[in-house]
Amino acid sequence: MDYQQSERTYDFDVVRWFSIMAIVYLVVGTAVGLLIAAQLAWPVLNFDSQYLSFGRLRPLHTNAVIFAFGGCTLMATSFYSVQRTCGAALWSSKMAWFTFWGWNLVIVLAVITLPLGLTQAKEYAELEWPIDILIAVVWLSYLFNFVMTIAKRKSSHIYVSNWFFLAMLVMITYLHVVNSLAVPVSLFKSYSIFSGVQDAMIQWWYGHNAVGFYLTAGFLGIMYYFVPKQANRPIYSYRLSVIHFWALTFGYVWLGAHHLQYTALPDWTGSLGAAISLAMIIPSWGGAVNGMMTLSGAWDKLRTDYVLRFLIASLAFYAMSTFEGPVMSLKTVNALSHYTDWTIGHVHSGALGWVLMVAVGAIYHLVTRLWNTEMYSTKLVNMHFWLTTIGACIYIVAMWVSGIMQGLMWRAYDDYGTLAYTFAESVEAMHPYYALRVVGGAFVVLGAITMLYNVVMTVRKASAEGRVGESGTAPASA
Amino acid sequence: MATDNQQSGKFQQMLEKNVFALTLVTALVVSVGGIVEIVPLFYLDSTMEDKQRNPDGSAKFPEVLWQREAGQTLADWKPGEGVRPYTALELAGRDVYQREGCYLCHSQMIRPFRDERERYGHYSLAVESKYDHPFQWGSKRTGPDLARVGGKYSDEWHRQHLRDPRAVVPESIMPTYAWLDEGSIDGAGMQDRMRAMRLMNVPYTDADIAAAPDEVQGKTEMDAMVAYLQVLGTMIDFREGRDYRE
Repeated sequence: MDYQQSERTYDFDVVRWFSIMAIVYLVVGTAVGLLIAAQLAWPVLNFDSQYLSFGRLRPLHTNAVIFAFGGCTLMATSFYSVQRTCGAALWSSKMAWFTFWGWNLVIVLAVITLPLGLTQAKEYAELEWPIDILIAVVWLSYLFNFVMTIAKRKSSHIYVSNWFFLAMLVMITYLHVVNSLAVPVSLFKSYSIFSGVQDAMIQWWYGHNAVGFYLTAGFLGIMYYFVPKQANRPIYSYRLSVIHFWALTFGYVWLGAHHLQYTALPDWTGSLGAAISLAMIIPSWGGAVNGMMTLSGAWDKLRTDYVLRFLIASLAFYAMSTFEGPVMSLKTVNALSHYTDWTIGHVHSGALGWVLMVAVGAIYHLVTRLWNTEMYSTKLVNMHFWLTTIGACIYIVAMWVSGIMQGLMWRAYDDYGTLAYTFAESVEAMHPYYALRVVGGAFVVLGAITMLYNVVMTVRKASAEGRVGESGTAPASA
Repeated sequence: MATDNQQSGKFQQMLEKNVFALTLVTALVVSVGGIVEIVPLFYLDSTMEDKQRNPDGSAKFPEVLWQREAGQTLADWKPGEGVRPYTALELAGRDVYQREGCYLCHSQMIRPFRDERERYGHYSLAVESKYDHPFQWGSKRTGPDLARVGGKYSDEWHRQHLRDPRAVVPESIMPTYAWLDEGSIDGAGMQDRMRAMRLMNVPYTDADIAAAPDEVQGKTEMDAMVAYLQVLGTMIDFREGRDYRE
């Protein structure tokens, strides 16, 4: 389908805006992450200000990268690929714009309220109840529009990327609604209706599935559409996708309990979580193989296609962190790794290696299609690739070393049978690794800035060349 | 899509052609794990130590929960008499603890290991966070666990430490919290918060709530934070030889 025709058939404007905002939030979110990483190495960077202290900025970092960057990426890629795979425009263009403005309003409110200390104090679900209600409404508009677009499709079968987006949309609705249930005290303060053990289990059911569905199922939807598109080959195995999908949707939900090994949570729950976690290696690797083998017979493309490099490298990181995760859920390993920086390293091997790389690859692909042009500079794309890869590796290695060292220092005994180190000594020993993490993070932020610059220049170039005509931006079927 | 399309079963074929059926089946499949792991925690008596019973029906661990007698106020409770709701001042401190994101660096959940016992104390029980809405177990120890920090340091040490952590612990990387000295506590606001807690079955009496404004009168957020830290882990008097976990 040529460009003019596709522009008339589909709603691309809202996808363009989601793409641009995703890149902006990537820069903001990683920059805040860099600042808080530096605060842990040099506490003077808290500036003795309550609005800039680590405890208030850390939720801002996680919300910005997960919900602002991740959310805009998911909305851009899913609204784009659902139209292309269904051969139909969005069910409602207006509703998609509502989703866009609503989601961005949520992000603005997060940027205001979190530094003020307005929080529900549940990790990754910090936003207070009025914002939670707004999130639910906006999310349902996204879900409804997505389902209805598939319902009016021209193709007979629903393409596999859409299954994964659907699973994400449904599960996130459950998670957000249940975990955010609270009794409001005032407009800016509420208490979770759950307490203690039950609250902990619900929080980690939420927390791990925010990873499992938002950052995995959703981004696998991206993988299943954009890897075959960029490689210009069909997905390696249809049957593997079917197995991957159902095993992941059924299995991932159980994993949350492995965050609570050896706590006051009953033993059966944690053991169940660990057992299923171990089994999840199989579908996870099945998915990674399915993506990578799509390149089978065309590996030479990796030499010249930098966007494809992002996509394939992301699958390598995906395979690595989905192996590391089940290992860390085992009780003996968890006894050492829990509460340490190893967890932070694991999260970032998934976040920087998998989520960020597959998202960035997809967005580069999108930019060239949406603005009907080549990237302003492929050299800068390549530079971005290496900055991210090196940055992620430095970050992960620093956290492995510091995490395992922490775990060992805390349990070390001297010859007299007393604890060998005070806690403060373990904090002091972390300093070089925290400084190293800042270096890794700086690479990632630099890469994000490179991308923003490159995309802005690409869009300017495209408009100067009249590639995206005024006539083209109004979808005919809206 | 690859050519092995024909090999999937009829049910899968139907799902791939009907988005509403696919959404519905997916919605069912993703709900199973959560239901199996979460729902029993609300019903199984073995989850909470205060609900466990001996064969003769008596409480297995009567010492873990404070048995308030008629007319007693929170001020009548003594350390070790069992888990009780937080006083107004402690609750205010807990709210500050959450506002400042302390739970992001400090856990409140001691695991049953020798080193944790020596470093922090007896492993944590489920009943100890019975009234914690939300729970504060945390997931990271950038700083030490605080589940039993109560009584380990003086009030004055905590004040100094919160105002300037490196003045008392040179290796510390904690931010300073000097602004807590300037924050005041709203008595009526604390009553609203206690009423919200009571809605969720935290056993506050009318007298507890009525006494709240006087209790927090003239106190700073620093006072509240110290009161909260000093009560952590002091509610249960752990007896030798008691095994709270199977």
